[in-house]
Amino acid sequence: MTADAQLYPTPEGLYCPAGDFHVDPLRPVRRALITHGHADHARPGHGAVLATRQTLDIMAIRYGEDFTQSRQEAVGRVRIGDAEVSFHPAGHVLGSAQIEIATGGRRFVVTGDYCRHPNPVAAPFEPVPCDVFVTEATFALPVFRHPDPAAEIGKLLASVRAFPDRAHLVGAYALGKAQRVIMLLREAGWDAPIYLHGALERLCWYHVEQGVPLGDLRPATTDRKTKADFAGQIVLAPPSAFAATWAQRFPDPVICFASGWMQIRARARQRGVELPLILSDHADWPDLLRTIDEVDPQETWITHGREDALMRELDLRGRVGRPLRLVGYEDEAEA
Amino acid sequence: MRHFARLIEALAFTPQRNGKIRHLVEHFRTRPDPDRGIALGALTGDLDLRQVTPSLLRGLVAEKVDEELFRLSYDFVGDLAETIALIWPVAEAPEDPPLAELVAELEATGKAALPGVIAARLDRLEPSARYAYLKIATGALRVGVSARLARTALAEFGSVPVEEIEELWHGLEPPFESLFAWLEGGEKPVSAARSPFRPVMLSTATDLDQLGPLAPEDFAAEWKWDGIRVQAAVEDGERRLYSRTGEDISGSFPDLLDALDFEGTIDGELLVRRGESVAAFGELQKRLNRKTVGKGLLKSHPAALRAYDILIHGHEDMRAQPFDRRRARLEQVIAKADPERIDLSPLLSFDTWDALAALRADPPDPVIEGLMIKRRDSPYLAGRIRGHWFKWKRDPMTVDAVLLYAQRGHGKRSGYYSDFTFGLWDGNMLVPVGKAYFGFTDAELKSLDRFVRSNTTERFGPVRAVKPELVLEIAFEGLNRSTRHKSGVAMRFPRIARIRTDKPAQEADRLEALTALLPPEGPPA
Ligand SMILES: [Zn+2]
Ligand SMILES: [Zn+2]
Repeated sequence: MTADAQLYPTPEGLYCPAGDFHVDPLRPVRRALITHGHADHARPGHGAVLATRQTLDIMAIRYGEDFTQSRQEAVGRVRIGDAEVSFHPAGHVLGSAQIEIATGGRRFVVTGDYCRHPNPVAAPFEPVPCDVFVTEATFALPVFRHPDPAAEIGKLLASVRAFPDRAHLVGAYALGKAQRVIMLLREAGWDAPIYLHGALERLCWYHVEQGVPLGDLRPATTDRKTKADFAGQIVLAPPSAFAATWAQRFPDPVICFASGWMQIRARARQRGVELPLILSDHADWPDLLRTIDEVDPQETWITHGREDALMRELDLRGRVGRPLRLVGYEDEAEA
Repeated sequence: MRHFARLIEALAFTPQRNGKIRHLVEHFRTRPDPDRGIALGALTGDLDLRQVTPSLLRGLVAEKVDEELFRLSYDFVGDLAETIALIWPVAEAPEDPPLAELVAELEATGKAALPGVIAARLDRLEPSARYAYLKIATGALRVGVSARLARTALAEFGSVPVEEIEELWHGLEPPFESLFAWLEGGEKPVSAARSPFRPVMLSTATDLDQLGPLAPEDFAAEWKWDGIRVQAAVEDGERRLYSRTGEDISGSFPDLLDALDFEGTIDGELLVRRGESVAAFGELQKRLNRKTVGKGLLKSHPAALRAYDILIHGHEDMRAQPFDRRRARLEQVIAKADPERIDLSPLLSFDTWDALAALRADPPDPVIEGLMIKRRDSPYLAGRIRGHWFKWKRDPMTVDAVLLYAQRGHGKRSGYYSDFTFGLWDGNMLVPVGKAYFGFTDAELKSLDRFVRSNTTERFGPVRAVKPELVLEIAFEGLNRSTRHKSGVAMRFPRIARIRTDKPAQEADRLEALTALLPPEGPPA
């Protein structure tokens, strides 16, 4: 049996007939294996979900306890039909995993999203040897070499020092990025309270429960606080909040945005960002290539992102590549 | 270079003028000579570098990066210097050379050696420094800082009036060490340049109520022409034309320069004038910002100076003398000038403020934008000093338009929709005719913001389209023809004068009402 008959894209998402399951399906399916809790990968309404404990918890927080009819925590090797699957850390967000699928004598690894940079909120990525490596390619252009996160947080703290009378509003997605920014601030010695938009609170508290020491977090509400009380403070919010009247409560705020896309000036300007912070939870170009070399698969398949450039580079390196062109994973969101 | 790279990044992303000034002051305060002066020169366009062309840069990157990968990257990034800065192979041990060293090297390198020198530098710089380096080399910083803003920051840095810096500017060059020494408490440099710019005297706005208590006989009045305020300076035969902020614009106006047959410094209005007929401001705009001016344009759009005042005559500085004395001298000087190119701004005769108000209400020429009223005993003073010169502008034109789009503001207006695009009826369609972001009170801003949020029909990034229901009375100072605007008109200084919740959108004005106010077209440029 050829590899592309053992795992292939369908309108619902990547499908494995031997186990009759989908990986990160875009529409409700009978059985879903989910790499991580980002909304474009983890959707509600499936018959059964197999995922890490933390991904299951995150889905329950986001969608309610009834996000699926039945759920199973991925521990060790799990037999599903004629396939055997196991989950391995992906270093992307809390609970994120690569999914290894062994069937018909062939081994596939589906990465979901992954990150090779040390990330205090996620277990580090583990290269898993395989025949077919199914990788993301969100930042697969040679212009993406993510800078040192500590230096990016240094830019934020320098700006807070330079503008003590202004509030710094940092746009960060609720799962992963917000907690990463908080941890980087703590590592840089920022012990002051960090204020949170309501949409970030539950996932932050979940991280704390899971042992991630986020420090003194407070709601960015206006009860008992005046505008001036936010001067010199750092406030985290989902980027969508900047368009809401919510932003009107802060004194002359500096709009910051923590995302890998901030590498590109035009993107930062489009969003009206005053202080771009280049912080990504994805593999950059060198890390994508390093990972493929380490895993050293016979074939590399590309789920979503900038597959043209990665295909070209694989070609130049004499590797076999194949774009799956899965549609529905948003690279603007939660990158 | 790292500091300069950080500065231009901060400037490019800081929308507010005051924020930009703050970044500049901080840079001047913390960077040593000659780096800060070279940075200043880069921002004011005073570095004289050989232009590095995009094709040279493309050639360099082609040797380092696969062509297909470069193309895909450039498509995504959209800016050549930025793409190269990011895609260039990583420096093993990056260096942080002083900005001045990099600029000196570019200045000293001949055309043939230039590609090799640039590639060697790119090999040893960090990406953000590579970006700044390439932007300097290609002469296109584009960080939203005008030379004027840079000088304002210098003035703030040194706690001196910006006029003093403008006056010195043309005798200075990068790295401006004597200037910085003065701003840090040292001796003021003496300008060695001939025909320097002198700070311009500006007026404050007035109206009949404020003029009332003043004695009309103490004042002279003249028309305020709708051109560009300029200063024509000739010293020992060297002729220069400056804008009112001290930009040297001589290069764009060779025809007028030829006619400056006097020694001294004259303040006046730059106009396009054909005989007695003064052309609309839009025609003058065609002459601006040109490195070279074609013969055709010189003929079809002749430049002229309408003189208001004289600052220097020969080598005599007249600025301390009263206006009346200067005016008499100005009349003598202009009497000898070529009347086709240089004439006198006539004084108006009036006995009472009401008589002047009547003149203002009915000016003899459409290119008049109001009155200038000058105290007869005023010296010529730098800047906007109250109590000497007044401008009494014509009443603004107004139009009732419909709010179409709103864009989110920055800084103190964060979270508010504060930039408003409005339109007029053309047939049964609303055509956008302009954008206004001031004129309203804080309370009005809140109510506009509320309207936008509850009537949004579509969103594009920071912009929202709204239901075409709210009528705004827009006041503006004038109209130009415009090929860049779909409506064919461009308003000058549009602002929201009133929110007309009393008026239904169907009763807003029609585009024809606006186009009827346009100045005559003028000959093709
Ligand atoms: Zn993700
Ligand atoms: Zn993804």
